[in-house]
Amino acid sequence: MSGPTTPAVDHAAGEREVLVDVRTQDVEINMGPQHPSTHGVLRVLLKADGEIITGAEPHLGYLHRSAEKIGESVEWIQYLPYTDRYDYLSAMNNNLGYSLAVEKLLGVEAPERAQWIRMILAEMNRIASHLVAVGTYGLDIGAFTPFFYTLRERELLLDLFEKICGARLTYSYIRPGGLMNDSPTGWMESVSRFCDLFEEKWQEYWDLLIVNKIFVERLTNVGVMPADFAIAWGTTGPVLRGSGVDFDQRRDQPYLFYDKVDFDVIVGRGELGTVGDCWDRTYVRMHEMLQSVRIIRQAIAKIEPGEIQHPDVSHTLRPAPGHAYVGIENPRGELGHYLISDGEKVAVRCRVRGPSFANLSCLGKLLPGTMLADAVAVIGSIDIVLGETDR
Amino acid sequence: MSLLLMAGSGESNFMLDLLGPILPDTMPYWAVVAVGAVAGFAVLMAFVAVTAMFLVWLERKVAGHIQVRLGPMRVGGWHGWAQSIADGLKLLTKEDLIPRDADRFLFRLAPMLVMASVLACFVALPFAPNVQLAGLGDGAGTAMAGSDIDLGIFFLLSISALATIAVVAAGWGSNNKWSLYGAMREAAQVASYEIPLGLSLMVPVMYFGTFSLRDATFAQADWFGMKWFLFSNPVLAVPSFVLFFTAALAETKRAPFDLPEAESELVAGFHTEYSGMRFAFFFLEEYAAMFVMSAVAVAFWFGGWNFPGLESLADHPVLYTLAAVTSFTFKGLLLVFVMMWLRWTLPRLRIDQVMTMGYKYLTPLSLALIFVAATWEYIKFSMGWGS
Repeated sequence: MSGPTTPAVDHAAGEREVLVDVRTQDVEINMGPQHPSTHGVLRVLLKADGEIITGAEPHLGYLHRSAEKIGESVEWIQYLPYTDRYDYLSAMNNNLGYSLAVEKLLGVEAPERAQWIRMILAEMNRIASHLVAVGTYGLDIGAFTPFFYTLRERELLLDLFEKICGARLTYSYIRPGGLMNDSPTGWMESVSRFCDLFEEKWQEYWDLLIVNKIFVERLTNVGVMPADFAIAWGTTGPVLRGSGVDFDQRRDQPYLFYDKVDFDVIVGRGELGTVGDCWDRTYVRMHEMLQSVRIIRQAIAKIEPGEIQHPDVSHTLRPAPGHAYVGIENPRGELGHYLISDGEKVAVRCRVRGPSFANLSCLGKLLPGTMLADAVAVIGSIDIVLGETDR
Repeated sequence: MSLLLMAGSGESNFMLDLLGPILPDTMPYWAVVAVGAVAGFAVLMAFVAVTAMFLVWLERKVAGHIQVRLGPMRVGGWHGWAQSIADGLKLLTKEDLIPRDADRFLFRLAPMLVMASVLACFVALPFAPNVQLAGLGDGAGTAMAGSDIDLGIFFLLSISALATIAVVAAGWGSNNKWSLYGAMREAAQVASYEIPLGLSLMVPVMYFGTFSLRDATFAQADWFGMKWFLFSNPVLAVPSFVLFFTAALAETKRAPFDLPEAESELVAGFHTEYSGMRFAFFFLEEYAAMFVMSAVAVAFWFGGWNFPGLESLADHPVLYTLAAVTSFTFKGLLLVFVMMWLRWTLPRLRIDQVMTMGYKYLTPLSLALIFVAATWEYIKFSMGWGS
């Protein structure tokens, strides 16, 4: 592309004639796998014309651990700890999704108290996950401090998880047929206290980060996903709702007792920019945390003492031949488990539909035309966990 | 660079005043100048190193307390005061790494250049009036500075711009695309923010009628601090200070303008490939440059070394000098603290927003302010209010 040759000029398109061809080559630059803002070991091969991105191609697989294959080679119950590891920020929800799928296959239902506790934990885990998402998003945009504030509250949640199951990150607490054990004395009160505290702190993040002038300027009208685009690319969760699509598994295909509690499904409304921009996705996450608090409060009010494990579900399971799909609303979107049983101790097929993986796929379409700094903003707003995209 | 400059201004040099009577009479003048220059350089170097290391420690404490943690607490006992020293020692002992395909000359030159430019800036800062320290010298009306230059601010601006060349050299020499991005951003950013920076400085320059930091500071003495530019003419001083401070943040690559080393975008920007002492130079330069910019603001807007009550110490030259130096440094550190505070509070702008802000807002605003200041000066003089 060098030398004094004159390129063909399309005057109609407004191109000007130049004496020498001064077109330049795009830079190809690897964002990751070792990069502070790819939230793990994602590699995005960027093509950039200066600061403007002309092409983006995500490369996955750096964290591939054959989760699905493991699911087809260990016993039903033994696979449970592996579910913790795909989206390690919402392990409770992963446990829940798998357990519900196995229960459907077995044709059993967990006792009522177990279901309520599952709901409380799933929502607490959603708050914890969104806290990390919003906090690290602040880091991506260059605001370091809110991250520490969100982690401070997440720490309280992890303490509560530790009290109920002994683990802080990978719980394996929700299991087919019910729970590992009942909640310890006084645990529900601690959760209530956390809910009160959290609403206060939530305002802090909102004022400090979400409506910060620079933060808003950086995110509005960036990485816009129109509703049809979001649906076409199979996005779910806050990414889909950020685009203004009113869909939530918890309300539209209820599992547990989500039909017995009141909560609003938050959708992006483009309050400060366009519907479906990065700010809207953050907005959805922020408000979902408050809705989770609402759900937890109602669940605590309605919970009653009782059994926590279905008596028929023991260690070695042999579900009748058949197949089951259960999709639940993970913090990042729809986590689906499709299980096939041939009546043996081990699954024939254990397919996992990870929300991060589906949400990430649109990156190559979303990035071209934005700036280098926006790439970070867009990846952060999709909020991926690489453990799950790669599994 | 600083050696030459110090040698060049022999007439009213603080170091020469101090050393002149001690050195033997038989020494030729050039030798006296050389000794003075070396001594001055040593004092400055020590001051810069200590200030920068203190600021690194302070930044970590400030960041820690803003982020609901403590910051360094172990090294040295009291609140981790020796953390910077420990870090410095660690960096000194690290392996000297140069990427295989780097431009070795530029890669090595950049940290030296960056440090030289900021050291040279310190030369022009007036820390205290040159009183007859310990009964030596006769420098009435001059300042205790490495080199008491009449065109102080002019010198500062031109020398501090050298750091940009060093950063571009570092980014290019590293042979790393992320580093190159950082360097290009630095070049674009500094080139655009030099303009509002210089223009906003023209307001106090016109007000005091001098390019000299020393003369501007003398003009703000007495009246219990009410002659500080900030108080004597807030209509001009406040907007020009805000413009200057914003541009200074961009000049020193501080948040929200820290794009050249934007961690979440460019890994570490232009110094991604640097390690050990070379990295430490970039690191120290950033903090030293923050202090230089704050010191300029102090000299022009906050009365320099002056504070109410300083005059009462005039009979004790040593105390007087110490008080003045402390006051100047303390004010500078306060402004540096504000920079740190901003860094740990604000997110980062995007490069196009930085450019928009520089060219569409700051530059026209500072031009308008110059117009207002010039009109004010014209009225002042035509009415005969001026001195």
